[in-house]
This record gives sequence, structure tokens and C-alpha cells, in this order.
Amino acid sequence: MLEFINQPWPWWVAGPIIALVMFSLLYFGNNFGVSANFRNMCSMLGGGKSCEFFDFDWRKQTWNLVFVLGTVIGGFIAAQFLMLETQIGISEATKSDLVGLGIANPGAEILPPEIFSFESLLSLKGIIIIIVGGFLVGFGTRYAGGCTSGHAISGLSDLQPASLLAVVGFFIGGLAMTWLIIPSLYTL
Amino acid sequence: MKYFKYLVLGIAFGITLTKAEVVSWYRIYEMFKFQSFHMYGVIGSAVVLGIIITQIIKRTKMKSMSGDVIDIPPKKFSYPRYLIGGTIFGLGWAMTGACPGPMFILVGNGFLVMLVAIASGLLGTYVYGRLRHRLPH
Repeated sequence: MLEFINQPWPWWVAGPIIALVMFSLLYFGNNFGVSANFRNMCSMLGGGKSCEFFDFDWRKQTWNLVFVLGTVIGGFIAAQFLMLETQIGISEATKSDLVGLGIANPGAEILPPEIFSFESLLSLKGIIIIIVGGFLVGFGTRYAGGCTSGHAISGLSDLQPASLLAVVGFFIGGLAMTWLIIPSLYTL
Repeated sequence: MKYFKYLVLGIAFGITLTKAEVVSWYRIYEMFKFQSFHMYGVIGSAVVLGIIITQIIKRTKMKSMSGDVIDIPPKKFSYPRYLIGGTIFGLGWAMTGACPGPMFILVGNGFLVMLVAIASGLLGTYVYGRLRHRLPH
């Protein structure tokens, strides 16, 4: 059992657990949507004073903020106690593509250390990827009314055409970034 | 105490996404390159089981813990909002390799630089809030 937990988990373990998290949140009378917390946090930080979109009682969303706090703790527990190795099992084709983009040891860690560090924030590449990328995630999720959890999981599970369209959008953006922009961005 | 169950769910979600490598930038890149089934398996199996769960909830008029019938409100359909908003998010998702959940989970994994991405995400959401009346929905 412990041996199983310490290995990387296959998709058929992770997917059903995600569905059960969604079900539990519905059973508790709420719904599964992580990006709503960006809005909750804007409200918590006083955004309601300058913008009516954030003028609501964020305390009613405390359950979701607690959920997010839990995800941080979960990440910590997994990293500290449940990872025998951090090697990411990506395909050989992916590795060779990434070597071509200047990433020295693709998959050796969870994130490429060339980009995701505080030092990289001193470079144009790091600023664009971390700061502009984060901005697009915050802007786009709220514009679309949800992210992967709200649309791709909850919305598709409820067969909502709006969520299917949102997921099509996620892929238009993701494919354009990966195939057209990342090759120049990562070799900056 | 009434929030404790949400903390436990969040912990389970954070452990699962870390252990299944969903939080890895590499896995998202690989997904958009169609070079592995892994991410499609994670999202696909979640959705298949999710459809079954949602249908059971609706057909049995299942009650929530508090005794009310579980209400899953439909999303109002329109083109610009989901297509443009979704595309903007997709650009950011592939760039950072993280959707909002993994951004927070990665902070727990020790990648404190993701706090900068989260702060930037908050700013993005705030700017959307300010501009939203002028955007097509």
C-alpha cells in the first residue's frame, strides 16, 4: 500500500478522486470551482470599495477559501512525505522537444528550474511567463466564468454547452501558446 | 469546525494533483503537444464519473447534507464569453503550466515563486472586474 502511495499515481486513480471531490462539494451544498477564489480574495483585500464586482460578502465563500488552504497543505504533505522521487514521467518525444527549447533536464523536477524561480523574475522570459501568464489565468478564468474545475470537470459533468465551449477555448489558447508562442518565448 | 471537511477535501485534492503530476508544467506542455494520454485520462475519467454522479444526483433528486435538494444551476449559454475568456485562460494555462488549483498546490510543494503568479492572477481578475461592462459576454 505504502509502496503504491509513494509511486506516481496513474490517471485512473487521480480522475475518480477529482470526481469524488466534486461530488463531496455538491453534497455539502456548494460547488467545485477553484478560480472563484481569485474573486473572493479580491473582495477580501477590499476590491469592493473600487469595483462593484467585488462588493459582496466574501465570508459566505469561506468554505472555498478553506478548500484552497487545504490544497496548499495537501501539496506540502505530498512533497514532504509522499514523494520518493520527483522525476516526472513525461514521454521521450516531449523530453526531446524541450531539450530543443533549452530546458536541460526535462522532467527531472516538477517544474523547469530555468523558469520557475525567483531569479528568473529578473529576466524578460521569467517576467512574461510568470507575471503575464498569471495575469491571463486570472483575467481569462473570470471572463469565462470558471477554470478547469468549474468548466472542464463540473460543467462537462453536467453536460453544459457553455462549459464545452469554454473548454474549446481553453484548447484554442493552450494549443496556440504551446505550438506557436512557447517555441519563441522559451528560447528568448 | 464546520469548515474542517473543506480543509480535508482540499488536502486530498492537493495530494492527488501532486502525486498524479497534474501540477507539473511538463504534463501540461505534453498534453497540448498530444504526446501522452495521461492528462486526458485524468480529466476524461473525472468527467465520465462526474457525468454518472451528476445524473444520479438529478434523477434521484438527491438531498445535500443540510437536507435541501442538490441544485446544479445551468450556465447561460453565449459565444463571446466562453470562447474569448476560455482562450485567454488557455494561453495563460499553457504558459504557466498551471490552472488556479495547481498554482496554490505548487506553493505547498515549495515553489514560492508561484505566489507571484497568484498575485498576478488576482490582478488579472481585478482588471476583469473593472472592464467587464465593456467586454462582450
